[in-house]
Amino acid sequence: MTLRDLINKLLGRQPASANTARERLQLVLAHDRVDMSTLTTDLLDKMRKEILDVVAKYVEIDFEEVAVSLETEDRMTALVANLPIKRTLSGEIKFKDSEKNN
Amino acid sequence: MANKSRTILICSGKGGVGKTTLTANLGIALAHSGATTAVLDADFGLRNLDLLLGLENRIIYTAQDVLDSNCRLEQALVRHKQEPNLALLPAGDPRMLDWMKPEDMKKISDLLSEKFDYVLVDCPAGVEDGFKNALAGCKEAIVVTNPELSAVRDADRVVGILNTCDVKPIQLVINRVRPNMMANQEMLSIEDVRSILSLPLLGIVLEDEQVIISTNRGEPLTLTGKDSPASKCYLNISQRLSGADVPIIDPSKEGKSFKDKFIRLMQTKIF
Ligand SMILES: Nc1ncnc2c1ncn2[C@@H]1O[C@H](COP(=O)(O)OP(=O)(O)OP(=O)(O)O)[C@@H](O)[C@H]1O
Ligand SMILES: [Mg+2]
Repeated sequence: MTLRDLINKLLGRQPASANTARERLQLVLAHDRVDMSTLTTDLLDKMRKEILDVVAKYVEIDFEEVAVSLETEDRMTALVANLPIKRTLSGEIKFKDSEKNN
Repeated sequence: MANKSRTILICSGKGGVGKTTLTANLGIALAHSGATTAVLDADFGLRNLDLLLGLENRIIYTAQDVLDSNCRLEQALVRHKQEPNLALLPAGDPRMLDWMKPEDMKKISDLLSEKFDYVLVDCPAGVEDGFKNALAGCKEAIVVTNPELSAVRDADRVVGILNTCDVKPIQLVINRVRPNMMANQEMLSIEDVRSILSLPLLGIVLEDEQVIISTNRGEPLTLTGKDSPASKCYLNISQRLSGADVPIIDPSKEGKSFKDKFIRLMQTKIF
């Protein structure tokens, strides 16, 4: 806290606007930077396939239950992958409850 | 000469943030340091670079005449009398926008880069055709912005496009910096803008009424050698652009009046 912040608090003034500006800018850019039109279904399919190939090197996945999608919430876009694991390749069986994760 | 020539796009996305003023001042400063420099007005819709340089009455041919083979490049170039290392290639009339293609623009900048150490391309605002044409012949870029929401947002869009066009390096200039507002945290800080855009910072330019006065006269600040706040900044940018290892001007050290000192006192961390 700076001297100025303290005085503002004591006088009940609004906090300085630069912080607000920074936060608003970060949100709006997170949105601007993901141009959905460039992520075509073709690209998404290709990406999904490559992700699965990598993961399948380490664990056995339940391919029936795999879900890869883009989800937008609070103006942030995320790539969400749900890849239920049937077993690790070392042989130890680990069932994953896919419903719980959905 | 040709291979070490640097063709630099000066762009912003948002209009009115100070591209043309930077182009004019940087052009003069680079020329003054001994580098042959061409400034190319790529804002065909609303050309202004000639006015800022005080060359508006000496234009005979334009970039359009060069493309139409009405004249040779040398005939279209307007040399600056006081700074003979600097030449302006004026924009043609706005109708050029109807038929200009990126190839045309590339042809012009290639011609210029054969003859000059630096080619500065003053870009129009926006991210449409005018911008994409101007971009065509450029290998590197300077993105100009102001420490304000809308200017930074638009700069980010421009950076997104430049990144897909293999323009490198892309450096940042933050214009119209007001040290007191920044100290009061009523303006995005230099570090805020730099880190949000994640670009290397080439320099900052302080808000300075001398900029307007020099524009009125058609004599860029770097030409008159006047020791004004913005003038210092333009020189600093020109040195850094040519590779000199000089520090960026620090706005928090600029104000020297009692008021400035008081504002700094208020920024002291108390806990
Ligand atoms: N550092 C500064 N201090 C004060 N005024 C400034 C500063 N920089 C630019 N200006 C003023 O801002 C206005 C816009 O500047 P300029 O024409 O260079 O912007 P621009 O980005 O080229 O605009 P456009 O997008 O219309 O081409 C001018 O009136 C200029 O005098
Ligand atoms: Mg301009």
